[in-house]
Amino acid sequence: MQALYAQLLVGLINGSFYALLSLGLAVIFGMLNIINFAHGALYMMGAFCAYFLLNVAGIGYWPALIIAPIAVGIFGMILERTMLQWLSGLDHLYGLLLTFGIALIVQGVFQNYFGSSGLPYAIPDELKGGMNLGFMFLPIYRGWVVVFSLAVCLATWYLIERTRLGAYLRAATENPTLVRAFGINVPRMITLTYGLGVGLAALAGVLSAPINQVRPLMGADLIIVVFAVVVIGGMGSIMGSIITGFALGVIEGLTKYFYPEASNTVVFVLMVLVLLIKPTGLTGRAA
Amino acid sequence: MKLKISALFLGSALALAATTGAFAQDKTIKIGVLTDMSGLYSDLGGAGSTLAAQMAVEDSGLAAKGWKVEVISADHQNKPDVATNIARQWIDVEKVDIFMDVLNSGVALAVNNLVREKNSILIDTGAATSDLTNAQCSPNTIHWVYDTYMLANSTGRALVKAGGDTWFFLTADYAFGAALERDTTAVVVKSGGKVIGSVKHPLNSSDFSSFLLQAQASKAKIIGMANAGGDTTNTIKQASEFGIVAGGQKLAGLLLFITDVHSLGLKVAQGLNFTETFYWDLNDGTRAFSKRFSERAKNKAEPSMVQAGVYSGLIHYFKALDAMGGNPHDGAKVVAKMKEMPTDDPLFGKGSIRVDGRKIHPAYLFEVKKPEESKGPWDYYKLVGTTPGDQAFRPLSESACPLVKK
Amino acid sequence: MTAITDNSIPVTPRAMRDEMIVFAIMAVLLAIVPLTGIYPFFVMQALCFALVACAFNLLIGYGGLLSFGHAMFLGTAGYVSAHALKVWGLSPELGILAGIAAAAALGVVTGFVSIRRQGIYFSMITLALSQLLYFIYLQTPFTHGEDGIQGIPQGHLFGIFDLSKSTTLYYVVLAGFLAGFLLIYRTINSPFGEVLKAIRENEPRAISLGYKTDQYKLLAYILSGTLAGFAGSLKVFVAQNASLTDVHWSMSGEIVLMTLVGGLGTVFGPVVGAFVIIAMQQYLAGFGQWVTVIQGVIFVACVLTFRRGLIGEIAHYFRISL
Repeated sequence: MQALYAQLLVGLINGSFYALLSLGLAVIFGMLNIINFAHGALYMMGAFCAYFLLNVAGIGYWPALIIAPIAVGIFGMILERTMLQWLSGLDHLYGLLLTFGIALIVQGVFQNYFGSSGLPYAIPDELKGGMNLGFMFLPIYRGWVVVFSLAVCLATWYLIERTRLGAYLRAATENPTLVRAFGINVPRMITLTYGLGVGLAALAGVLSAPINQVRPLMGADLIIVVFAVVVIGGMGSIMGSIITGFALGVIEGLTKYFYPEASNTVVFVLMVLVLLIKPTGLTGRAA
Repeated sequence: MKLKISALFLGSALALAATTGAFAQDKTIKIGVLTDMSGLYSDLGGAGSTLAAQMAVEDSGLAAKGWKVEVISADHQNKPDVATNIARQWIDVEKVDIFMDVLNSGVALAVNNLVREKNSILIDTGAATSDLTNAQCSPNTIHWVYDTYMLANSTGRALVKAGGDTWFFLTADYAFGAALERDTTAVVVKSGGKVIGSVKHPLNSSDFSSFLLQAQASKAKIIGMANAGGDTTNTIKQASEFGIVAGGQKLAGLLLFITDVHSLGLKVAQGLNFTETFYWDLNDGTRAFSKRFSERAKNKAEPSMVQAGVYSGLIHYFKALDAMGGNPHDGAKVVAKMKEMPTDDPLFGKGSIRVDGRKIHPAYLFEVKKPEESKGPWDYYKLVGTTPGDQAFRPLSESACPLVKK
Repeated sequence: MTAITDNSIPVTPRAMRDEMIVFAIMAVLLAIVPLTGIYPFFVMQALCFALVACAFNLLIGYGGLLSFGHAMFLGTAGYVSAHALKVWGLSPELGILAGIAAAAALGVVTGFVSIRRQGIYFSMITLALSQLLYFIYLQTPFTHGEDGIQGIPQGHLFGIFDLSKSTTLYYVVLAGFLAGFLLIYRTINSPFGEVLKAIRENEPRAISLGYKTDQYKLLAYILSGTLAGFAGSLKVFVAQNASLTDVHWSMSGEIVLMTLVGGLGTVFGPVVGAFVIIAMQQYLAGFGQWVTVIQGVIFVACVLTFRRGLIGEIAHYFRISL
């Protein structure tokens, strides 16, 4: 039983990454109607950004938590302005293909310069060590990841669902022409939204840097799992993607305990089941 | 359509014409370094392997004796398909005599088959699979540096001897991981140790915490990592997070290289135990070679054992050809000659090549130094134990290789 | 909104005549390859991928469904054929049949799941399904994990043709490719193909006309997967191995890229695209590191400036159908 609690907690940690990434995908999808295949690559860039800040500029973890998402977010906005923008009005699939190409380029370039085996990034001193919870030894950093990403997810939800800016955003998604008529700069909002989604991915990257090696391909496989998460949850709702992210992390954690052989396939199997029962996804509206 | 294809064909025809130059002479050698130039293992082999091959050519002194030696290299992208295509073309069109490096087990087994079919030569210095000299052995292939059996054998035996008699395995869930666990278990049990548990984890996991929790709860003295590459480095990194080594358990890598230690950093990797057959700081011979190597290498990296193997293998190949007085361009014949002659070079010391194609040399168990013990970059290992060559590898009596007469 | 393919030109007798002429030229050019001294293995491999790309194109170009998991058919058929040839010792023709059957079965199962959603969701689902399969193949013993199935015997096709002779093998692969190509061409120009195009252009309207669109899409999906599987089985004889590479998502990406470069929804585009991409891999192998970056750049360039693809642009320029 004790071990079970431990696995539940461990599952929540993975769930944090799924939640942050699927949230970013949902935010971007809501506004731009594209699936951002480059999300995994941008997540990786976030981690590398933290690494550079530390090793080149001597800037530590805490500032990196803010600087890296902004820097990568700006990179994302440049991508949006220079490339993605030109696809509006075309089939959404072109957005998928374009971002897939971008992902290949970014990952390839990083692989060339930094090899594949990865670079080390240490846990910040303040979060080193762990505490004994009675049923498990919890590294403090892991606890921090869960709490912090939950806070970020909720803040994003609040921003989009409860503020005036969020209202504009949602309105622009529903009817861009009308919103433009009210004098709101819709293209700029699109750019900022893409930046926000990308920033969330980069933030997840910074969070994961001390846990995993900082590797050029760290996001490549992860993004496919997140796609499955997104299919399960449906991209219609912000809260939906947050909850599905955490929930699937927990389910995966439990699978690792009860039947580890299936732990890398369980999310995909769940996706199949959900599609058979409720094709629009758990919270999704018809696409 | 027509235009495009014919242009393409014209291009390839020109490429063919350009490469089929003079090769009819007797004293020409063409070496093909087929390795991972861009992927997961590019630090281990990659451009460093090509450099090692060039250094072997320069050091061999063959040019002074009238030989013409050429080294070409290509990226197999860790895809058996791409590798066989390149290899086939190298043999048929470029007239390559010998394949070097060929890391990645899947790629190696594919090239091994092709090389036998075409009577070429493969000196594999990078692949782990012990099948190359077991069920799939070939009169055209020599497996130079290490294999899974040796790693399991050396690490398992030496650690049990040092008191690590209870083991828990973290095993990558596919054939390779299972083989490593099986071989190590056999050695541990034979040496008087006990395996008290194991857990399988999916390949390319990013999160090992739940598996590490199980390993921690088992209270085993040694946690054997029957996995490779990014899985191993992530296990090590997260083990330090969960305070596993600090808690008194030891981590044993069953397939780990100096490039992995370099990428992890000593802070995280300290205390790790694992086996290699070459380390740059082992003796005067290895130090002298490594100094020359690192001066020319990318990022001033010291040679890995895979790269050292390329050098060592080629030196022996050149000796055999020199003794034969010319290149017969007959793979099996040259390999037979190489098996006849004892090997001796500054990197791997004195050794031999067995009938099954297994190169025999000692195996060293290393422990990774603490950061304060290290005197500078790449000063990573302490030698903990040595297994003599005749005990390190799978004995011929257990071999399934058809070349071994019983 | 513009559909993913703006390459469609109305099918007229003249268009079909143009296409048949080009087809004849292509067949003759490919048939004389062994006489020219061009390295046949390169062409054989390209032909296999050309067939996969054509099968993929059937789905995207005429059904509007972008599958990001087509590697699963290629890999599955390859594994099954390889296993049948090596372990069961079946003859080549039976080995190929086994591979095709496996791909068809896979098409039925995955199609049933994936066509429940459209557009981007369909792409993500197929990608996830192929990743699921990748993990399964990684773990099941018969695929030998990362080592793959190696040293597959080539044998004698129908007991007559010795496939270990590269010229014989070449013509067998070529025949397979041409047969597959013609089958796809026939499908596109059949009433079935017309309904598919109607669904692609406007699904609600097709539904209102009484077509059970899901059944049409499923059938197209199964056919596409089966043909991709056929190519995978042929490839086993060329490469003599079956490995995880063929099921990996990056392979699915390459298939998409080939079709995109050649021209989505064109008849000959995927063939040209496959030759370009395979040649690029072959001749850029020396560049090593940069191949993926170059592929990415081509993706981006195609999507931004070159959406018709090579053949699509040519066809558009001359106002002909290719």
